[in-house]
Amino acid sequence: MTIAIEARNVVFSFGQTPALRGASIAVDSGEIVAIMGASGSGKSTLLHCLAGILVPDSGEVLFDGARVDSMTEARRSSLRRDRFGFVFQFGQLVPELTTAENVALPLLLNGTRRAEALRKAHGWFERLGLEGLEHRRSGELSGGQAQRVALARGLVTGPEVLFADEPTGALDSLTGEQVMDLLVTAARAQGTTVILVTHEPRVAAYADREVIVRDGRVNAPDRIAS
Amino acid sequence: MSVPLTLLGLLDREPSHGYDLKREYDAYFGRGKPLPFGQVYSTLSRLARDGKVVISEVGPGEGPDRKRYIITDLGATEVEQWLTQPVEPEPHLQTVLFAKVVLALMLDRPAGDYLDTQRGAHLQRMRELTEIKRTGNLVDALLADHGLYHLEADLRWIEMTGARLDALKKAVRP
Repeated sequence: MTIAIEARNVVFSFGQTPALRGASIAVDSGEIVAIMGASGSGKSTLLHCLAGILVPDSGEVLFDGARVDSMTEARRSSLRRDRFGFVFQFGQLVPELTTAENVALPLLLNGTRRAEALRKAHGWFERLGLEGLEHRRSGELSGGQAQRVALARGLVTGPEVLFADEPTGALDSLTGEQVMDLLVTAARAQGTTVILVTHEPRVAAYADREVIVRDGRVNAPDRIAS
Repeated sequence: MSVPLTLLGLLDREPSHGYDLKREYDAYFGRGKPLPFGQVYSTLSRLARDGKVVISEVGPGEGPDRKRYIITDLGATEVEQWLTQPVEPEPHLQTVLFAKVVLALMLDRPAGDYLDTQRGAHLQRMRELTEIKRTGNLVDALLADHGLYHLEADLRWIEMTGARLDALKKAVRP
């Protein structure tokens, strides 16, 4: 197995408040890892550092052999757009766009022609059981439908790593499980590495393994790269 | 799992032979632990003795036995009561895990590490059940869910206990 993405001794503070105090994690290519921990443990901050959304105060983040933490904002932005996918707790769909346009958005942003982007987006509607909803706006969707649209948007570029931060946090149990089932099935089908932040054991159980973040450190010493 | 009540419940649907009852029990409730034939027939005999089923000698079912069991009004009432009454909610205060944590604290052992190990074991079992759910039929999924929710409840207890270990230590090591 090759390591897809890795954090080494990452430290990050929000002002005077430390969030990560030397967190390390290595995730293999194609692996689905759940990052668990109590509220305020630093699990979302770790995800944001791995994804290049936040820049650590110290420590290293490596993706495909490159130091994400020392990249320019433009390069990190490009990385997030072209090689990473994201799903957040509240789908965060653009309300002015149709669902098909929402799914196509990452492709449009990376320069794919509109017709091609929408064609690829439509393929995901069938895969995620969203047929017939292509022309609706996000306000016309149920929570589960909106989150499946968000999942399609996160996967439409065929990302190497999908970051999912409490992707079922706003859904009821059954709908949440349907979303997780689709997420895992789709990620496995295209070999996408998944980093899943959750405080729900039932959601974490969809992952290959879990790591626990406690007081800004990762409790998985056997998997930490030296 | 109450075998007599489950067999009565199956008979409440329609009269059946012992062999067919065993086959249905194994399919829906056995989960890898088939009901021995001896237990099926001894249970049915007790149910007949207690007036909850009667036996009619008619043609064979799929198995060799010729006895056909029919639920009585008394048996049907018992099934109805069983189904409508809630199961006694047990506080589970004396579980092995509880005892281990308290003893670990009493003995000044690393209770937090034990809880971490237990959390890992619980999550591993939850992964197995989730896989069963994803790949099995609806009956498998229903049973897996039952296990998953119980394990999840344990995990919540583990989290809460982990957060209270210092206070708990003071309580058990005055």
